[in-house]
Amino acid sequence: MKTVYAGQNERADRSDCKITLSLKKSGGLDLTVNSKVKLLFEKAIRKTITDVLNAFSIEHAKVTIDDNGAPDYVITARLEACIKQLVSTDKLYLPEQLAQNTTGTCKDRMRRSRLYLPGNTPKLALNAGLHGGDGIILDLEDSVSPARKDEARILVRNTLRAVDFYGGERMVRINQGERGLEDLDAVIPHYANVILLPKCETPEQLLLVDERIQSLRNEYKIENDVWIMPIIESAMGVINAFQIAAASKNVVGLAIGLEDYTADIGAPRTREGKETFFARSMVVNAAKACGLQAIDSVFSDISDMDALCENVLASKALGFDGMGCIHPRQVKVIHDAFAPTEEEIEKARKIVDAFKEAEKKGLGVVAVGSKMIDPPVVKRALRVMELAEKIN
Amino acid sequence: MKMVKNAVGRMVPTEINGEKVVPFMGVGKHRPTGKKHAPNISTAIDYPADGDKRVPSLKEALVKSGLKDGMVISTHHHLRNGDLVANQIFDIAAELGVKGLVWLPSASFPCHKDIIKHLESGVVHHIEGSMNGPLGRFASEGKMQGMAVLRSHGGRTQAVQDGEVKIDIAVLAAPTADPFGNGHGLDGPSACGGLGYAYVDYHYADKVVVVTDNLIKFPCMPMQIEGNYVDYVVEMDKIGIPELIVSGTTQITKSPDRLLIAELTTKFCDAAGLIQDGFSFQMGAGGTSLAIGLYFHKILKERQIKARFAVGGSTQYSTKMLEDGCLEYMLDGQTFDLEAVRSMRENRLQHPAISVFHAYDYHAKGNFTTMMDVMILGATEVDVNFNGNVVTHSDGYMLHGIGGWQNCLFAKCTILPVPLFRNRIPIICDEVTTLVGPGELVDVIVTERGIAINPKRQDLIDKVKDSGLPLKTIEELKAEAERICGIPEIPEFTDKVIAAIKWVDGTIIDVVRQVKT
Repeated sequence: MKTVYAGQNERADRSDCKITLSLKKSGGLDLTVNSKVKLLFEKAIRKTITDVLNAFSIEHAKVTIDDNGAPDYVITARLEACIKQLVSTDKLYLPEQLAQNTTGTCKDRMRRSRLYLPGNTPKLALNAGLHGGDGIILDLEDSVSPARKDEARILVRNTLRAVDFYGGERMVRINQGERGLEDLDAVIPHYANVILLPKCETPEQLLLVDERIQSLRNEYKIENDVWIMPIIESAMGVINAFQIAAASKNVVGLAIGLEDYTADIGAPRTREGKETFFARSMVVNAAKACGLQAIDSVFSDISDMDALCENVLASKALGFDGMGCIHPRQVKVIHDAFAPTEEEIEKARKIVDAFKEAEKKGLGVVAVGSKMIDPPVVKRALRVMELAEKIN
Repeated sequence: MKMVKNAVGRMVPTEINGEKVVPFMGVGKHRPTGKKHAPNISTAIDYPADGDKRVPSLKEALVKSGLKDGMVISTHHHLRNGDLVANQIFDIAAELGVKGLVWLPSASFPCHKDIIKHLESGVVHHIEGSMNGPLGRFASEGKMQGMAVLRSHGGRTQAVQDGEVKIDIAVLAAPTADPFGNGHGLDGPSACGGLGYAYVDYHYADKVVVVTDNLIKFPCMPMQIEGNYVDYVVEMDKIGIPELIVSGTTQITKSPDRLLIAELTTKFCDAAGLIQDGFSFQMGAGGTSLAIGLYFHKILKERQIKARFAVGGSTQYSTKMLEDGCLEYMLDGQTFDLEAVRSMRENRLQHPAISVFHAYDYHAKGNFTTMMDVMILGATEVDVNFNGNVVTHSDGYMLHGIGGWQNCLFAKCTILPVPLFRNRIPIICDEVTTLVGPGELVDVIVTERGIAINPKRQDLIDKVKDSGLPLKTIEELKAEAERICGIPEIPEFTDKVIAAIKWVDGTIIDVVRQVKT
C-alpha cells in the first residue's frame, strides 16, 4: 500500500497541515485528526476531508492530518495533492472563488512594490495583502523545492481563489520551460493578473508563454488581460532585452534578477553595484523604448531599512519604476522612496500649470518665470504629477 | 452549588470555598461599607532592640510565624518566572505536615508548576490569584481541591483591604534588604526594580517574612518594603534566576502583522486627538504594545511634545522615552528589564516605583487609572458586545491571570490591539468563553483588518470618521474572521466550576468550568 503526503507540519508552519494518504481496498475511511485547533475545528476538518474524498470518489482510504491551524483552502489543496500522487484524474477540488479576486488590472498600473511569497508556504499568504504592496507574487519557482512543486501549484491555485489580497495585483512566478507552461494551465483559469517569467533570454520563450496564456484565456473565457513580466537574469537576457520587451503587447514591464545575472557573468556582487550597472541600464532602456515599466531586483537585507531606502533611491535615479520585496516591512520604504518629494511635486505643478496656460493661449513656448521649458521637461513634470496623483 | 444569574447574564455561585459571595451587580454598583481589615496589634518592644530580625532559615521563620493548617500565604510576583522562593514555602509546609493552605500570589508563572504536587497532596487547598500556564491547565482539568479565585491586581488589594481574604503570612522576596526588614528591588543579583505588589501584603498580613540574597547593613534605602511591618528576615543563597526575572518580553515584535496592528493603533490614537502635549498612557510589555510605545515616542519627538506620565510596566523603551525628554514621569508598577531597573535606580524622581494601591485599588480614594488618556491592553477573545476575555483561551483552558487588565478598563480610552485570528481561531466571537471585562468599558478594537469602535463612544467615532482609517463594525470584523477561519465549535465543559472570576469590587462576574477531556 503506497503512502503519500503533502504539506508540512513543523511548529513554524502556521496555517499549514501535513496530510498523509494511502488508498485501501475496503473498510471505508480511516481518518486521524491531530490538530492544534482540534477542540474547535475537528468536526469542520473531518467534513472538509470527507467532502474532498467524495468529490474524487474515494471511499476507502487511510488519512492522517497533522494540522497547525490550516484554513480550509489549504487542507483541500494538501489532500488534492495527495490524491493526485495516487490517482490519475483531471478533476479539481476548488475553493469558493472570491468575487474581489476576479478583477483585471490595467497595463500602466503602479508596480512600485511586488511582495514575493513562497508558493508553498500558506502562513505568509493570509495577511500578505494587508501591507499595501502594489502586487503579491505567489512564487512557484526558486522558493519551492523541486519535490514540492506539484503541491505548490495546487496551493497557489487555491490561494488565487480564496485569499483576499486587499487590492494587491495577483501575480504568479511560474517555473522555467515546460513545467512553467503547465503552471499556466493551473493558474490562468483562476484570474492571475500578471505572470512572471523567470530567466527569460529570448523572445521565443516569451511567445510560448504568451500563446499558452491566450489559448487558456479563450478556453476558460477569461476576459481580463493577463500581463507578462519577463525577468532578465542572464547576459543573454540582457543582450536580448529589447526584443523580449517588444515581443508581445501583453508584456507589461521588464524585471531584473541580479543574483543569477552576476553569477552568469562571473562577477561578485558588490555594494556599489558597478558590475550590474550595464544590465540595469539595458533593462531600463529596453523597457522604456517599448513604453513599459522597469522593475529592479530585490534588496535582501530585511533588517536594514536605511540601506533599502538608499537602494531604492539609486534605482529610481537609474529610471526604474519599482522593485521586488521579500518582506512586508519593505513595502512602505519602497513606496516612500519612489514617491516624488514635495519639492518635485511643487516644481512639476508649476511646469504643468505653465504648460496648460501656454496651450490655452496657443503659445508654442512654455515658460516658468523667465525660464523656458523644453518639451521633455514638461513630459517629466506630467509624469511626476501623474504618479503623485496615483499615490494619493 | 447554588447558581444565580448576575448582571451580565452569567451563572455564578453564591458561595465559594465555603464563603458567601456577591454576584456582579453592574459597574460601580457594589459599595462595601464598614471598617477596613487590620492585622493584629504589634508592640515594638517585642522586637530586637538592635534591629536584627534575622532567623537562620525560611523554615524557622515560617514555624515562628505560626504556620498551620488552613492558613493564607501570600507572595508577590516581581521575580516573575525566575522566582525561587514560593516553591520553597510549600516544600517546607509539606515537610512540616501542614495541610489545606491557600496560596495568594499576585501572579503565578510556569516556574511554579512544582506546586502542583502540593495541590495533589493537599498541602495547598487552592490558589487565589492568577494561574498562568501549567497551574491553569491543572485547575482547568478539575484537579484542584478547592475553587480557584482569580482577581485583578486591584481586586487582590480590595480583597485584602476589606477582609475578604486575610493574609496570615506574607513571604516577600527582596533583592536587597537589611536585617531590620527594609527592602527594595533596585540592586543585588536578583534585582527586579520596584516591589509595588508587596505593598498591600506587608501592610495587612499578620506575619511578614522578608527573604533576600543581598543583605546589606541598615538602612536599606529606599524602603520599598518598610521594615517596621516586618517580623523576620531570612538570608538565602539565591532568591531568583536573574535571566528569568527580567524576562524576554521586552523585545519589540518583528512580526509584520503585529507591527501593522501597532501602526493602526497609533494612527487611531493620533486621529482621535489623544496624542497631545501633556497626555498620559499605559501599555504592557508585550511585543505589540512596545511597538506602539515606539511609534508614540517617534510622534512626540517629531512634534517636540511630551507625555506627562505613563503608568505600568517599564522597559528599555519607556526608559529611552523618559531620558529623551519625551516622557516626564514613569510611574512604575512592574519593571521588566535591566535597563528599566537602572532607570529606576538613577531617575529616582521621574521613575518611582508605585503600587497597585495607587493605580488600581477599589478601596483607595481615587485611582491613577481613571486619569489615563490612552490605555493599551490585550485580550484572548472579544465578543460582538465588546466584552473581553483574558483568562481562558477559546478552547476553554484557563491559561492566564487577569493582571491589571480589569482595573485598566477604567481609563478614558481603552484600546485592545488584537489579531483578528490566531492560528485559525477567531478572536472576535459571539460570546466570550469567560467574561472578564464588561463591554461598556472597552472602547476600541484594533485588528490588522480594521478598527471597530464601541457604538457607545460616539465621540470617538465622530473624531475619526474622516481619517481614512479602516473603520468597521465589530460584526463586520467577526464575519471577516469567520470567512477566513470558518466557524469554530463551542468547547464542551462539565458542570464543575473550577474558578471564580472576580470583578474589581469583589463580586463574581463569571466562572470557569472544567474542560471536557
